[in-house]
Amino acid sequence: MGNFDKKLERFWEVFIEHNGYVKVLTGLQNTVWIAVAGLAIGILIGTMIAVARVMPKTNRLAGFLDGLCVFYVALFRGTPIVVQLLVAYYVALPLIGVNIPALQVCVIVFGLNSAAYVSEIMRSGILSVDPGQMEAGRALGLNYRVTMLKIVIPQAVKNIVPTLGNEFILLIKETSVVSFVGAADLYVAFNYIGSNNYEFMVPYLIMALIYIVLVAVAALIVRQLERSLRKSDRRH
Amino acid sequence: MIDVINLRKAYGGTEVLKGITTTIRQGEKIAIIGPSGSGKSTFLRCLNRMEEPTGGSILFEGRDITDRKTDIDEHRRQMGMVFQHFNLFNNKTVLENIMLAPVYLGLRDLGRLKRRNRLIRLRNMFRADKLPLHPIEKSKARIREEARENALRLLRRIGLEDKADAYPSTLSGGQKQRIAIVRALAMNPKVMLFDEPTSALDPEMVGEVLDLIRQLADEGMTMVIVTHEMGFAREVATRVLFMDGGSILEDDTPVRIFTNPRHPRTKEFLSKVL
Repeated sequence: MGNFDKKLERFWEVFIEHNGYVKVLTGLQNTVWIAVAGLAIGILIGTMIAVARVMPKTNRLAGFLDGLCVFYVALFRGTPIVVQLLVAYYVALPLIGVNIPALQVCVIVFGLNSAAYVSEIMRSGILSVDPGQMEAGRALGLNYRVTMLKIVIPQAVKNIVPTLGNEFILLIKETSVVSFVGAADLYVAFNYIGSNNYEFMVPYLIMALIYIVLVAVAALIVRQLERSLRKSDRRH
Repeated sequence: MIDVINLRKAYGGTEVLKGITTTIRQGEKIAIIGPSGSGKSTFLRCLNRMEEPTGGSILFEGRDITDRKTDIDEHRRQMGMVFQHFNLFNNKTVLENIMLAPVYLGLRDLGRLKRRNRLIRLRNMFRADKLPLHPIEKSKARIREEARENALRLLRRIGLEDKADAYPSTLSGGQKQRIAIVRALAMNPKVMLFDEPTSALDPEMVGEVLDLIRQLADEGMTMVIVTHEMGFAREVATRVLFMDGGSILEDDTPVRIFTNPRHPRTKEFLSKVL
């Protein structure tokens, strides 16, 4: 293990003296930011897609929206996230002619991608709420939108928090591909440290540990959230 | 008050209501009885368009509510509905359940008035003769406060004030149904529709719910009740409709229906359930 001590020493040297820790902190920040903002966008758009899909198809517009959403979900679930990143950054943006920093492109693509998955999670959540809840709201004279927002969706969200947590964890791990378009995440930081003296063992090991800790923290937050949302179920 | 004219409802090819015609007058308490699948609940649910009729019309105070142009939410505010499975909002406390619709609709109406007033003020800037503003009588806080007082008053009435901050999952079926009834009452409806209000209850809780419905009946509330409680129908109803196969087969006073039914189907049904 003497060899390992030496590797650890060299890692430490780059980590501290060559400002490796700054890169790691930036990478960590970017990783968390892409996952959190991506999930936020995903929940927002995903909920809208889910509602469009469960809405009663009383007119043509509703039917059209439904079809559009099915296509959207098929598109984003049918291609790998790396491909989506590459297409967005190297095809779509140049074609439109706008220049957006890689990090923001990543947030948007991860958000759109996650929306496809969240929409399916949210749809199952909405369908799991007793239809009587919607009926009761409508019978009181509340319209579809208000009943959905105030009664059905809050109950749906409570049912799907564990599954949404899973999606969040997946997102955290999937962000490790953002270097494909040049965004600086944890991988980029540790790769930089490793390349400094061609010593990759310790940097990659620590990177793995950081991911494990990140995911553990995310799981903890989700469990706390779940517990506080279960309040209305508890007998007291 | 409500005129039902040749009401029809079909799901795909199966006709559930085959032309119902009847009139419900102010203050009447109508019990609808009949075997399962006879269309009783569907008929009731057509009255506030929880089911979309496929033919015929329903006039509520002269206005056709089956017309697409009718504001159905506005109509439903005037017609309270109580369900077999209570359908209290699980994510709201008892008090919030009762306050939700009155507060939301009160605030919405206030918002509409304020918007209209803004428009009038804008127009008044260019006019010599000033248009009058809509009077605004209540503030947002006042609307909330009144809804809260009203909800607490209703809870006191059914003796469940202490449950105001409890969630529905902690209540018994009888408590839930009584709260569902006062939740509908909080909108000051002109008619109450009851869809088998005691069918999902434990036998020991049926009494408390029927007592509350009876109280409402005594206060003169117009109501339509789909029920299997024949004793209750006989005692409270002013008129009983016997339905079978999607039609009203007999429409008479409870005394005559229960002691001297004329239609053979009514006789058969009553001989089984009584």
